[in-house]
Amino acid sequence: MSPNFGVGRIRWNWFAAFSALLAALPLVSETHTPTLLAIWALFALSLGLMWGYAGILSFGHAAYFGLGAYTYAIASFNIEESTVPLLLAIVVPALVAAVIGALMFYGRISDVYLGVMTLVVTLILNRFMNATAGDAYRIGNARLGGFNGIPAFPVLNVPGDPSNQIYGTSYYYLVIICLLGAYLIARAILANAFGRVLVGIRENDLRMELNGYNVPAYKTAIFAISAAMAGLAGCLFANWAEIVTPGVFSLGQTAEVLIWVIVGGLGTLIGPMLGAVALGALKVALGYQTTVDNSLVLGIILILMVLLIPRGFAQAFVAARQHFAQSQAQRRRARTHRRRLSLQEADR
Amino acid sequence: MSEPVLETHDLSVRFGGVLAVNTVSFTLRERELRCLIGPNGAGKSTFFKSITGQIRGAQSNGRVVIRGQDVTGWSTHRIVRLGIGVKTQVPSVLSGLTVEENLWLAARRALGREGVEAAVDAVVSELELGAIARRQVSELAHGQRQLAEIGIVLAGKPWLVLLDEPAAGITTAETERLVAIIRRINRSATLIVVDHDMHFVRMLDSHITVFHQGAILLEGRADHVLTDRSVREVYLGSRAR
Repeated sequence: MSPNFGVGRIRWNWFAAFSALLAALPLVSETHTPTLLAIWALFALSLGLMWGYAGILSFGHAAYFGLGAYTYAIASFNIEESTVPLLLAIVVPALVAAVIGALMFYGRISDVYLGVMTLVVTLILNRFMNATAGDAYRIGNARLGGFNGIPAFPVLNVPGDPSNQIYGTSYYYLVIICLLGAYLIARAILANAFGRVLVGIRENDLRMELNGYNVPAYKTAIFAISAAMAGLAGCLFANWAEIVTPGVFSLGQTAEVLIWVIVGGLGTLIGPMLGAVALGALKVALGYQTTVDNSLVLGIILILMVLLIPRGFAQAFVAARQHFAQSQAQRRRARTHRRRLSLQEADR
Repeated sequence: MSEPVLETHDLSVRFGGVLAVNTVSFTLRERELRCLIGPNGAGKSTFFKSITGQIRGAQSNGRVVIRGQDVTGWSTHRIVRLGIGVKTQVPSVLSGLTVEENLWLAARRALGREGVEAAVDAVVSELELGAIARRQVSELAHGQRQLAEIGIVLAGKPWLVLLDEPAAGITTAETERLVAIIRRINRSATLIVVDHDMHFVRMLDSHITVFHQGAILLEGRADHVLTDRSVREVYLGSRAR
């Protein structure tokens, strides 16, 4: 039997039950906030896949989220039907990441400089988009709008039918399908040899190079795949908000997704998604009040998490479950041993 | 005489003002077992790194030829793909994975989809790794970790094996076992072994190349090299008997 590299088989019954739960949610709740939380979960999943399994920490993942959002907004002004803008919102961030990734990984940039470079890319995009006010900054029919961003672009429509726009509950279902689809793609990546090589690279890229793997190529590939997922999340966010501003490239956006992944649990796929949903819901709830500063609360949560549960909730849950299973097995063995002793006593 | 499988021509490596490898011309022949010895800083490991592409570019000069192919400037993974297994000075293993997973990844790249499981089983059996196969490498003792790394090297079924300090930090019993393993590997592969442990080098009883200040000082059979006055002076020093 081939080893599993810490990635167990998908439990389809759990997946079906969870999907059914998400499908039933609109029956008992409004969908505006759950849609946003699902988008954030997708964004966190994209970083969790790359960071948790390939060990690539990007401080600038918001760049690809923002690129996805802007690409969709710009393309949708120029192309009436939304299918191509949606695909572009996935492809453009992936291509940009492939170029940046190739420069970094083939250039053998160390982890710290990699973090700095990714952060700088985000900051450059943020500064640039803020500086694009005025009529001169337009791509086709789309004005970039500077600080005010791009509002009122055509939202996603049913493929082939631009007049049939997707919003409300239908949009919630579309986002959920994207999230579950991305999760299954991530699982598929990790379940095959490509994913196992990524795990090996996370552990020791010199050893993987000495095993004959083209480490920069693998890193560039997962960097681009992760950016594609982040771009999709950005596109969905743009359609949810119906406006794109340079805020999508902000430091806050970049820091938030890192916190979601850490709190949820690095090295799992479920963890980052749960972290995004839990902290995202908290952020939304805090947004309705003015007593406590939102960033302060998130900062305190991060510090407490790093101190108390450094591996995140999902990993802590897995460890607790394993501990419980081991102690149950020990108890069973002790019980069997006692029974055997008592039978031997009775025989005597 | 068998064909040369590895040659370096005037190979030099410079770190700033330090010439770590100084115009080394070296030849290794098919199915040979060669030991590289020399005091600390003699340039053995740097030489190792430069022939496997870990040091290349502006720092390095000269040519490296493997089985007639000039691989100068090639990346490590390209050189290794020619069929070379490398064990590094500091054990380079995938610590968070099990021994079995380490072997699987090494075999998968070299052998493709087919035959990976069989190759892993063969290495586990040959090196008697069964008891630790499902354990995480980070949990293993140093000697076990060294053995696991040799297993990783062998899982790719290389024809040229480069072992940098395989006997470092292991017990006498483990050293004897290692000698037997190296002899077994040498039945089907060419080997270079770098080590400080003279007892271990004597046990291997092979052709020896002595490095000193980045250059080759002497080459020859163990009995000749280890009794040579110049080697005793630069390497054995006061420990010379």
